[in-house]
Formats: sequence, structure tokens, C-alpha cells
Amino acid sequence: MKRTPLYNVHVKAGGKIVPFGGFEMPVQYAGIVEEHKTVRNAVGVFDVSHMGEFFVKGKQALSFLQKITINDVSKLSPGKAQYSAMCYENAGIVDDLLIYMQAENNYMVVVNASNIDKDFEWMSKVLSPEVIFENKSDETALLAIQGPKSLETLQKLTDVRLAEIPYYHFVQGNVSGIEMIISRTGYTGELGFEIYFPSAEAEKAWNALFEAGKEFGIAPIGLGARDTLRLEMGYCLYGNDIDQTTNPLEAGLGWITKLSKENFTAKSVLEEIKTKGLNRKLVGMVLHEKAIPRHGYAVTANGENIGTVTSGTFSPSLEKGIAMGYVTLQHSKIDTEVFIDVRGKIMKATVVQLPFLKKN
Amino acid sequence: MNFPDNLKYSKDHEWIRVEGNIGTVGITEYAQGELGDVVFVELPKIGAKLESGQSFGTVEAVKAVSDLYSPVTGEVTEINKEIQDAPELVNKESYERGWMIKIKITNPDELNNLLDVEAYKKLIAK
Repeated sequence: MKRTPLYNVHVKAGGKIVPFGGFEMPVQYAGIVEEHKTVRNAVGVFDVSHMGEFFVKGKQALSFLQKITINDVSKLSPGKAQYSAMCYENAGIVDDLLIYMQAENNYMVVVNASNIDKDFEWMSKVLSPEVIFENKSDETALLAIQGPKSLETLQKLTDVRLAEIPYYHFVQGNVSGIEMIISRTGYTGELGFEIYFPSAEAEKAWNALFEAGKEFGIAPIGLGARDTLRLEMGYCLYGNDIDQTTNPLEAGLGWITKLSKENFTAKSVLEEIKTKGLNRKLVGMVLHEKAIPRHGYAVTANGENIGTVTSGTFSPSLEKGIAMGYVTLQHSKIDTEVFIDVRGKIMKATVVQLPFLKKN
Repeated sequence: MNFPDNLKYSKDHEWIRVEGNIGTVGITEYAQGELGDVVFVELPKIGAKLESGQSFGTVEAVKAVSDLYSPVTGEVTEINKEIQDAPELVNKESYERGWMIKIKITNPDELNNLLDVEAYKKLIAK
């Protein structure tokens, strides 16, 4: 089991440590609901250094990424980031990821912790000899600073004008003496930043952030609240909502699946799926009763199995049980009444538009 | 962590406070800590007859769900309605306002099968 450079800091902060994606990670500190509200109302910091960072450089870097990912990498310009995914030939998802364009033919690819080895191997298979492909996951720390007070917190530590960085853009800058990538991205739906920098500086950066955010009630946030926050926004989690058995079109990732792009892995299969139409779709569901839908629970209608919950939780913002899951196409329309089998009890739920939490 | 010495404890992490033939039952501070934020508690109907070790409800925390087990045999005389509106009391006041059911004990000998505070502390130290 691996540890991030901040493992000891988490233990000292009262973090409850659990295994996740091959790492010993903090699942909670003060409690999931409290941490969730800290991010929605103030500012919280997530250590997500377990995630993987690959660097792709060289003359063929763009064409390599175009071939292996489903979004259109040519739409990027230096300083822009893009959400994307890689598919197997049969359109099953290898991983979802972020691509950062640093310069022409110079990219950083950020992948899920549990998929680092698998992704690296998959990408290495189709590598052209002119591409320099490196895995710098161990040397790279990643912190997410999220919440309405995130900008004010981070601004105290840098001369970079953070308010000028648009969503899904990034700059290279200095934060409390550390050179880093400052990215206006996140997994919470709040104003927020993700900062990438050398692992050796992790504790220094962490301490500086907590000092800067003290007046706003800054707090460390564990994986538990990371999950409730992303689920309220309807963001997919690899291993739950998407995996090698799901394709991006049924997962609601049609917006990143650019079929107009020239030849890329799984293109023809995805086109075929699109022509034939989907059998099932990933939807959001809200439970009417006081209970929590969880991963693996059956979704039914008229006593028949019509799908499965892939992610479920209690929404601290809505104070209800919410779920994402695949249901047959005919039950996927907004406002459709379905039922979720909560440990033998059949409970009413409604298919709703994502995100669950409507901001502003 | 706090474990009052006037309570009896079960291996399933319930506590019972006995007054006359009525036992008040809840979950221990250790149990609430392991569960994390409790958001729903499902309790039995008043009058329900329970065997010792029988499930009498569930407690849903954000991360996990857990069954509740009666430490004794008896009949439910009262349930804590307050925790159905304020489930966080199970976390914050495990032994006071976070209680779950009151049960009329039909076989007081069963209380001898439960753990005292020292034995319970040893159990969770494992």
C-alpha cells in the first residue's frame, strides 16, 4: 500500500485512514457532513496526490493523444485543460482523465490512482517512437482547494491573479515559494483550484494553505466528502459509474465523445452504438423515503429489474438519499418513477436531471 | 472515548441502561465513531417483541449501514422519536439523547451475558 507525502499530516489531523486505489488515504477527519458543508460554505483542502500524472512530449504528442482519447485534443491551446476518457476497442472505458496542454506537443495527463499502472501500460502500447512518455505520479503532489473562499485563501500565497484564470484553464506560477501548476478545476462544483507541484514540497504547501485559510475556517477534507460533493454534482467516479463494461455514450459522456474527430480508438464502435441507439443510460435518482441508496442496489419498475445503482449517498445539501445508476432507456426520462431495492425494501425514487444540486 | 460504567455492553456495540425492569438501549461511542455521520435511524414499532440478538432496526450513516441488535429479550415500550428528526444525536450524545429504544426485559438473567465496561473496552481494543 502506498502513501502520499502527506500521510503523517493526515494522521496528525485526526484523519481516519482507509485503503483506496492502492493508497492509504484519509476518508474523513471531522466527519463527512461537516467537511461537505465546509467546502460548500467556506473552503476545504483535499490531498489528492494519489492521482497519476503522466507527461507526454515530442513531435507526435498531439496525434498520440488524439488517437487514444475520445475528446478533441486539437481544441486545446497552451494553458487550457480538457476532461476526456480513453476507451478500449469495444468502447468500454479504460479511464477518465484530464489533459493539460502546457505548450505545443507538451501535455500533462491526469488519471485515477487505481488506474495508474493499467493506463500507463495501455498508453505505452500505442505509443509512437517519437513520443516521450513519462509517469511522474510519485514525484507529483496534488492538492485541491475548493469552496467559495478558495480564491481568497490561495490569493494570499501568490502574485498570480487567480480571478483571471477561467474554468478549465491553468497557469504556471509561484505559490508560497513553490513553482506549481495552478489549475481552475475541481470535483466539487464549487469555485476551486487544483495545484500540482513536487512531492517534496507537499508539507510546506499544506501548512501555508492552512495558515492562509484560517480566517475562513479552512479544514482538511477526506475521500468521504469528496464522494458526497461529486455525487451532488452528478460527476462520474471510475470504478463505480464508469468502467470497462460501460461506454461513454450511455454514461452521459457524449459531450466529450467527439465522433467528428479523425480516427481514434473505439471510434467505429462508438459510431455504431450511436446509430443503433442506447440500451441503457446513466441517470440521477432521488429517493422519496428516508434511506440511502448504495452501489449495487437493484432498480426496478413494475416488479422487474431495470437497472442498478452505481453510486449512492446521503446528500448533505438536499438531506435526501441520491443515486446515480444505469436504467433501461425507456425508464431514463426525467420524472420517471422507479423503485430502488434498499436491502429488501422497495422504495420509490424519481429520475431527475443532473446535477442534483442546482447552483445559483 | 467515553464508556459509562453503569451500563452493560453487547459484542455488537449496543449499550443498555437498566432501571427496574426497563432497559434503555443505544449504540456506543465507539460504534458511532466507526459508522460516522448518522443520517437515518429506523426503529421498531412500540409493542414489538424482540429476542436477544435480534435485529430491531438499522442505522444509516453516510458511508455505511448497520443493523441494530437487541441485547436482551423483551417488548419495546418506547422509541426515541427525537433521533428520527435529529439523527446526529446518535453521534453527539450516544448515551443520552441518542438512545434508541426502551424495552421491558422479560429475562433479566440475560443481562449476565453482557459485558461490563472493562470487558467492553478490552473487546474494542483488539
